[in-house]
Amino acid sequence: MQADPRGVLTGIHFIDGDHACCEGALAAGARFAAGYPITPSTEVVERFAARIPTVGGIFIQMEDELAASITIQGAVWGGAKAFTVTSGPGFSLMMEHIGYAAMTETPCVFVNVQRGGPSTGLPTLPAQADMMQARWGSHGDYEIIALSPNSPQECFDLTVRAFNLSEEYRTPVMFMMDECVGHMTEKVVIPPAEQVEVYPRRHTRRAPGAYKPYEPEADLVPEMVHAGEGYRFHITGLTHDEWGYPNMNVATQDRLVRRLQQKIRAAEDRLTMVDEHGLEDAEVVVVSYGITSRVAERAIEMARQRGVKAGRCRLIGVWPFPDRHLKALAARVKAFVVPEINLGQIAREGERAAGGAARTIPVTHAGGGVHRPQDILEAIMEAAR
Amino acid sequence: MAKGNVTINVERCKGCAFCVEFCPTKVLALSSAFNSKGYHSPRVVALEKCSGCDLCGMYCPDFAIFGWRIKEAAGQEAPDAG
Amino acid sequence: MSALPEIVNPVEPLLRTERMPHIWCPGCGIGTTVNCFARALLESQRNLDRVAVVSGIGCSGRVAGYVKLDSFHTTHGRAIPFATGLKLANPSLEVVVYSGDGDLFAIGGNHFIHAARRNVDIKVICVNNLIYAMTGGQTGPATPSTAITATAPYGCYEPSFNLCALAEAAGASYVARWTTFHVRQLTKSMGEVLRKRGFCFIEVLSPCPTLYQRRNKMGDGLDTMKFYKEKSRVRNGAPTSEVALTKDGEIAVGKFVDRERPDYIESMRGRLSEQLGDRYVEMECPVCQ
Ligand SMILES: Cc1ncc(C[n+]2csc(CCOP(=O)(O)OP(=O)(O)O)c2C)c(N)n1
Ligand code: SF4
Ligand code: SF4
Ligand code: SF4
Repeated sequence: MQADPRGVLTGIHFIDGDHACCEGALAAGARFAAGYPITPSTEVVERFAARIPTVGGIFIQMEDELAASITIQGAVWGGAKAFTVTSGPGFSLMMEHIGYAAMTETPCVFVNVQRGGPSTGLPTLPAQADMMQARWGSHGDYEIIALSPNSPQECFDLTVRAFNLSEEYRTPVMFMMDECVGHMTEKVVIPPAEQVEVYPRRHTRRAPGAYKPYEPEADLVPEMVHAGEGYRFHITGLTHDEWGYPNMNVATQDRLVRRLQQKIRAAEDRLTMVDEHGLEDAEVVVVSYGITSRVAERAIEMARQRGVKAGRCRLIGVWPFPDRHLKALAARVKAFVVPEINLGQIAREGERAAGGAARTIPVTHAGGGVHRPQDILEAIMEAAR
Repeated sequence: MAKGNVTINVERCKGCAFCVEFCPTKVLALSSAFNSKGYHSPRVVALEKCSGCDLCGMYCPDFAIFGWRIKEAAGQEAPDAG
Repeated sequence: MSALPEIVNPVEPLLRTERMPHIWCPGCGIGTTVNCFARALLESQRNLDRVAVVSGIGCSGRVAGYVKLDSFHTTHGRAIPFATGLKLANPSLEVVVYSGDGDLFAIGGNHFIHAARRNVDIKVICVNNLIYAMTGGQTGPATPSTAITATAPYGCYEPSFNLCALAEAAGASYVARWTTFHVRQLTKSMGEVLRKRGFCFIEVLSPCPTLYQRRNKMGDGLDTMKFYKEKSRVRNGAPTSEVALTKDGEIAVGKFVDRERPDYIESMRGRLSEQLGDRYVEMECPVCQ
């Protein structure tokens, strides 16, 4: 489906990642946002608040992130596409409703412009330390989709993709920015609306009576309806059967939780989004994402100048983790070097995927800045030895 | 002659006696028999006094009883839920 | 047997009868409030396809699962923000929040006061059983002083909220209190809020014989209903500051507040069209025809 032109600010812009993310949401068809101010993410909703009254939609500033993260879900069941935006402390408060969205299969997008933690941490400085929280932060077993942009242009492009994936898989999608990318200003090209592909809501064609809210289609994703359409349906965060009614027994739990996991896990190959370069002859692969991938680029160049065959594997989609892809890669290289602004969250995933076939060397950073290219270079040199 | 009557769904009843207590004309009493869940449901003891006011129906927490007026009922269609 | 046509309980079409009997205990008042709600809806002659019920978590929070309407059982305390999103996305819906005192005023208290402040057009029905029932009868924000609870074994010594005063102070357009004894008045009040625009609040005192009355030696459900009958005094229009509840004292019931304030959508539209003129585009309701 083509984007609604009213939301698409076609043209060449010079804006930062936060603003580009907002434009991506508008282009994707988001007409509802709820948020609570927090640095370094607030610019996204500030722009949305300014833009949305002329596009046709609503921004509401809620009393906290607990509220914002469920208000958007009310809006989704009312028929809108909706999202919320936050940073670490707010993301922590939103965990309850990431679980609710996963359980009720409510398509929506959570943007996290990461800053240093734990707790209030470093309000104005970057980190990438919420990656595991994005994966596992809410209680219980569920699967998630998370994307990580490394430029304002990608903040636009991938926000559109985040919305599309949330609709296609009926799942909350985590949009994992970081302070650097959020506040970095660059050229952003917004294409004409007819070139922006938008995934429509998977609304059922069945009539009330012939429709079960949680009867999965072939791809394990059920079709949706909205309040007010005459279906008189029921939604609950309790373990539920295909009618959406609470049904708390081992068999129903097993069927539901496995389906929630499998609808995403089974699509791992389709959801593997990587940006790779120089892998034909690479011995060492730098696996990175977000702002760190831009620093890593310099390190890879320096390594090549020193005669080490280094290559890039940038994770655009971080969750579901591209296990199969990295496993295949590990079979033909010596080592993964994984720089990230945390103490090794994704490095451990890389190590797991490599399964011993290649070494994994984390390059950690506790947050507040980005790596020095030299630190990554040293790890590459060590990996090549 | 009674102006009203009540319909009782014995199996849904949990025997709270709200209907018995608050029937303005004391049409009902709890029966000594048990339903399958072990509750004493109400039974009609003075039908002639029933006005069909449906207070019993409003009080019942289990949707197990309701009153209706005989005149209305004769020509009544199933209530429309919209 | 008789020549009469088969008559069905008028509320039946509004219930998910396939889920009956419900989980509520014998003598629990929650079902009585639902009965009144169903009757108020039927009398309102509204298009019931456009009425949505949103609940939080608790025994009272289970209401959403038993009404045959679009119904949402959300998370503990968050029914109001969910309802806010639902209402704003589709203003043609009548959105009713149905939940317990703990859900709405402890964990959800912040959402309650802010929705009242904004005057979001949602109708909040609070089943007040004075306790956290679903989790076993612990102290809640409405538990009266000296009452015994699972977590106040020597009697509660925290002051409780006067829910009606809180609602009024926060900005609610309509505030009433009834008990499950007052079925006719409660039904009428529910009908009134269905016709009114803005944030409306109805507190319904309701027995929890299993966990509150039993522990406090106040008898069963029926005893509680008799207690309500004896202790209640209708005080329509009373200042909400005077209607605080105590464990054994008078229960002031009635409609305390009924006032006009622009609701959230009205305020938003007014301000934005004033500032933006023709550039202001109203949200297209994605599903209203
Ligand atoms: C975040 C969270 N904390 C705690 C609980 C456990 N819990 C379930 S119901 C409930 C209290 C409900 O009390 P109330 O709203 O008064 O409803 P009642 O059961 O009395 O009708 C609590 C604390 C929960 N479900 N979620
Ligand atoms: S309908 Fe009225 S009079 Fe008849 S039994 Fe019920 S409460 Fe009593
Ligand atoms: S009010 Fe309902 S549940 Fe209680 S005794 Fe009467 S019929 Fe039974
Ligand atoms: S525990 Fe109390 S509130 Fe819950 S169903 Fe039983 S009587 Fe009702």
